[in-house]
Amino acid sequence: MPVIHLTDQPLDYTAITESVRDPAAGAVVLFLGTVREFTAGQQTEHLEYEAYREMAESSLKQLADEASARFPIVKTAIVHRLGVLQLSDVAVAIAVSTPHRAQAFTAGQWLIDTLKQRVPIWKREHYTDGRVLWQHPVAVADSAAGQSEAT
Amino acid sequence: MTGSGTVTVLFFAAARDAAGTAQLQLPVPEKVTLAQIQQQVLRHAGGLQPLQSLLLWAVNNQYALPATTVQPGDTVACFPPVSGG
Repeated sequence: MPVIHLTDQPLDYTAITESVRDPAAGAVVLFLGTVREFTAGQQTEHLEYEAYREMAESSLKQLADEASARFPIVKTAIVHRLGVLQLSDVAVAIAVSTPHRAQAFTAGQWLIDTLKQRVPIWKREHYTDGRVLWQHPVAVADSAAGQSEAT
Repeated sequence: MTGSGTVTVLFFAAARDAAGTAQLQLPVPEKVTLAQIQQQVLRHAGGLQPLQSLLLWAVNNQYALPATTVQPGDTVACFPPVSGG
């Protein structure tokens, strides 16, 4: 059973990493998504994340199941934080273990990329100039520097 | 078994702000399509119309297409493109 969790509390990424260690695995990859100060020249003061909790939880479970069908995963853990986050706080932690290292990198990359496309969680930017904006891929594509790296 | 009843519609993020509410109860006769629900929602919450082409829809926690069947007791959700991670 994958570890799937949404929480208002700071993420314990050491515990999340420990939860996927296993004698069958030769590799563990941990991805952390953290709150960045500057995006396309705009300065973030803090962020807020909101989720459609019920669907986000079932969607994360589906994601973990689909990853296990695609890659030789031993264990998976996906934890997303909600509520108010400050600069450099950890918003999402994904840990995955596999027999060999290349599979762990590939599976981890697939999990975060697919989470960002599918799971009903939204980010609201509070900028230092006082503006407050929901972020979504369209707003990002409209920005001067943007594309997927900006989210 | 089914008969008339209501469908709950939930709004999130920018869709909630535009709708001016987090939730609507819509009366439905029996089985309808998501497309019919969408039309009713856009009439009740006109503020959503500018976002119409962006909106994503789910029925009972699964992404759904306009042809998806919706019946009394179901939960529909309406939201903008996701931005987690």
